[in-house]
Amino acid sequence: MTTQGLGGRRRRRRPPAVLIILGVLGLAVFVVPFLGLLARTPWTDLPALLSGDVVADALRLSLVTSLAATAIAAVVGVPLAWLMARVEFPGRALVQGLVTLPLVLPPVVGGAALLFALGRRGLIGEPLNQATGLLLPFSTWGVVVANTFVAMPFLVITVEGALRNLDRRYEGAAATLGAGRWTVLRRVTLPMIRPSLIAGLVLTWARAFGEFGATITFAGNLQGRTQTLPLAVFVALESDRDVAVAISLVMVVVSLAVLVALRERWWKVL
Amino acid sequence: MNGEGLDAKLQVRRGESFQLDLSLSIPPGRTVALLGPNAAGKSTTVAALAGLLPLDRGRIALAGVTLDDPEQDVFVVPEARKVGVVFQDYLLFPHLSVIDNVAFGLRSRGVSREESLARAGEWVDRLGLAGLATRKPANLSGGQAQRVALARALVTEPDLLLLDEPLSALDVTTRVELRRTVAEHLDTFSGPRLLITHDPSEAFLLADEIHVIESGVVTQAGSADDIRLRPHTPYVADLAGSNLVQGVASDGVVDTGSHHLHIADHTVSGPVLATIRPSAISVHLGEPAGSPRNSWKTEVSLIEHLGERVRLRTGAPLSLTVEITEDATRALDLREGAEMWISIKATEIGIEADSEGAKR
Repeated sequence: MTTQGLGGRRRRRRPPAVLIILGVLGLAVFVVPFLGLLARTPWTDLPALLSGDVVADALRLSLVTSLAATAIAAVVGVPLAWLMARVEFPGRALVQGLVTLPLVLPPVVGGAALLFALGRRGLIGEPLNQATGLLLPFSTWGVVVANTFVAMPFLVITVEGALRNLDRRYEGAAATLGAGRWTVLRRVTLPMIRPSLIAGLVLTWARAFGEFGATITFAGNLQGRTQTLPLAVFVALESDRDVAVAISLVMVVVSLAVLVALRERWWKVL
Repeated sequence: MNGEGLDAKLQVRRGESFQLDLSLSIPPGRTVALLGPNAAGKSTTVAALAGLLPLDRGRIALAGVTLDDPEQDVFVVPEARKVGVVFQDYLLFPHLSVIDNVAFGLRSRGVSREESLARAGEWVDRLGLAGLATRKPANLSGGQAQRVALARALVTEPDLLLLDEPLSALDVTTRVELRRTVAEHLDTFSGPRLLITHDPSEAFLLADEIHVIESGVVTQAGSADDIRLRPHTPYVADLAGSNLVQGVASDGVVDTGSHHLHIADHTVSGPVLATIRPSAISVHLGEPAGSPRNSWKTEVSLIEHLGERVRLRTGAPLSLTVEITEDATRALDLREGAEMWISIKATEIGIEADSEGAKR
């Protein structure tokens, strides 16, 4: 703070110029690609481009599979997060590593691993196929599995962190008031971590909605069955660039809308 | 053993160094305060009684029912105990309104939603929270939150009421006001009540009986006057504001190891605890006239100004806290390092046999 003259106003100093320049450059890394996309967008043809069969099929499939993956993550991911946060078990550090692995692993590697595990001749896929006739690769369920694998870490990590930060004395207080463990979980624990839970679910959904590498490796690229929006973009880049741009724009708008909405209320809990 | 109130012998080991070893017996309608410094075992006691921490050894019986007895392999889970707790910081559920917080215990115990809300509503009214029923805890003042916590604990009609530092989260003015509220509601609760506190005035005003806990064990138990006038440990003496000196008495003299104190009682002998109120010590510039039996020259090792009053700490041969007026301090021109004479009337020295000292 500097004081200028007698009774001078105290002014907040400007941040250093070097930091401003470098910071703006950093921002450009995020912004420039989207400017390119916007510049290339055929605005007048947009409705026609987006109403084709291929796009409609892909959008429907993307919504269904990403929501299914989010639901599965909620059902099995929250209990996993609870166990990781609350139970001391041998190899917990390893489990934490495994859970975060899909975040850093190239999705194509994840897809290949899924193929070896759940494919027609895979470790689990073969007995599963013989017993039930179910074949996950190249099916819509395969897309859901690939989405879940890649996106669930967001939910598990967010919820586990929230459970660790939760003041457990509240759960003790609920117990002294006669609440059993299920009641405590349902009426105290989950409501108290609600913001993190919602943030984790939304991030999981957003990640699943945009999933590409594991999906194309494990589930292939069949229109109406496994071709989600990102896969449709990939195909369209080769055949019809305008369609690719139009779909990309849709994905950017949807993802950005979700993340901005998150930032308003829940981003701070991450 | 009484079948109605609380009868507990608690032994809990926590970590390598801490061990709680405590016996408590509280009949219905009586308030016992557990008074002690931080880390003395107060929270461990609450956790053990509420069932949040199992005993290693000992036994808890409440209203004739055994709640915890490791030897008999009995352990009643917290949700099945009828123990109402007002927690430190209150721990009101932040996502529930005042009325839902109060109704929580009833709902958890299977009472229907309508009846829970009706009964919770009565308690909300009784504690003067009627206009606040739909508020979230974040929008309550400290005093209001405390009353909600009290209502939440009492609505389930527990067999034991535990109050863990019920006033420590409040500022000084609210604390005095809320102490009255707590006192009133303690009186309407007919079961045994245990007040956990580090604040002696809270214990003195609210409890019928005070147990002082230090490092996991009770070092002194008794009425407020017992604690105040006959402290057994330096911590208790400090709480009561008294000096406590250990020594060995014989023939009207207490040998403290560094000094001889003359006392009025010539019959007492053996290890004793001598208590001297800070205001019972007089300060003089020269040797006092009339030569009282206890007078000696020392210096001011510490001086503390507390408005109208001043606290002095004396140097060798015996470190004592002395309280005099600001006027006297000015008249005698006392400052740190200054020489002075102090005198104590033999009749002002309280003497009690030191049973612990006898064991040493």
